[in-house]
Amino acid sequence: MSERDELFDASALRVNELNARQMLRGAALEGLNAPAPLEGAELERHVEERVLTTTLEKAVAWARSNAFFPATFGLACCAIEMMSIVASRVDVARFGYEAFRASPRQADLLILSGRVSIKMAPIVRRIYDQMLEPKWAIAMGACCSSTGVFNNYALVPADHFMPVDVHVPGCPPRPEALMHGVLRLRKMVQDDPEMGWRERYGAQGTEEVLPPAPGGGRSGA
Amino acid sequence: MPDATGLELIAKELADTVPGDGSPVLGTVHFRGRGTLLVDPARIRPVLERLRGIGYSFMASVHGVDHYPEEPRLGVCYELIDMAQVDRLTVKVRVATDDPVVDSVTPDWPTANHQEREVYDMFGVVFRGHPDPRRILMPEDYVGHPQRRDFPLGGEPVIFTYNENEDIGGAR
Repeated sequence: MSERDELFDASALRVNELNARQMLRGAALEGLNAPAPLEGAELERHVEERVLTTTLEKAVAWARSNAFFPATFGLACCAIEMMSIVASRVDVARFGYEAFRASPRQADLLILSGRVSIKMAPIVRRIYDQMLEPKWAIAMGACCSSTGVFNNYALVPADHFMPVDVHVPGCPPRPEALMHGVLRLRKMVQDDPEMGWRERYGAQGTEEVLPPAPGGGRSGA
Repeated sequence: MPDATGLELIAKELADTVPGDGSPVLGTVHFRGRGTLLVDPARIRPVLERLRGIGYSFMASVHGVDHYPEEPRLGVCYELIDMAQVDRLTVKVRVATDDPVVDSVTPDWPTANHQEREVYDMFGVVFRGHPDPRRILMPEDYVGHPQRRDFPLGGEPVIFTYNENEDIGGAR
């Protein structure tokens, strides 16, 4: 048996695991068939195989990126494609994003699905402002990225009035394309948490709820 | 549709019954089975009332037109339908852009309320006597009337990979 086979031998793994648990409890191994207790480098390797070390930031980013709560917010025809990512074919629930929230206070992802007219822009901006941090925005479709086929006096691109993290092109984008955009956002949140919109837009210090003042008590009330 | 003769008879009827100097009908057009009356803007309300009296009692639409570069530029069209005779008639008025005022027909035809607001919003025709003369589609602080043909198209200069280094429209 090579070392690798030994490592992946299921029965050996189970015995080692039980031994390790007992050793951690400080109990002596008993019984006639008890294998020799793990010691030294062998014990160290056994623990390393089972323990993952990371930083808190990475763990938090990992948790956040796998649980976006998108806002239930449709603007135009792209919203039909957005709805279909929840359905069985693309099934956004595989990644943990299926909880569409009807209140911006409970959502942290705003999918701008459709055209934004200059009359609608203040409303969209208000919804974005009402969302709690950390929050992200996806501009879905040509209209809210570059005004698309409605490139005239009536529309305004989303970048002009709010920060956008991911642009998904298409008219409308297929559900797969939107899914790809959401997964790119997941990668961004996991790999570059410093790419948050406050950092990119230089908007630190404009939080709605400020952190507690150094002297204790609440500030910004 | 009134045939060409019927259209002239309607014009004659209006000339005889609508008060004011001369006939309120400035012209008639009969084209592809559709009858159109071009009417004096100052007398649009009595003209429409008289047409209601002879059966055209349903106002299907009020809409605006910009005839740029013709003068007078702005037009307002009223589509009337006679539901008993299954007959329709278009009434048009034309006003110039320096004094684009037409009497509102909303007191007589309540359906014209929102449609006149839209014509005001998009073309800048002012309807005298309208009960609620606000914009209806564009924001209330919007400047200009975007469907006029001399209004800038607006929109965004679109940048693709092949022209991303060009200075398009001086924007960005």
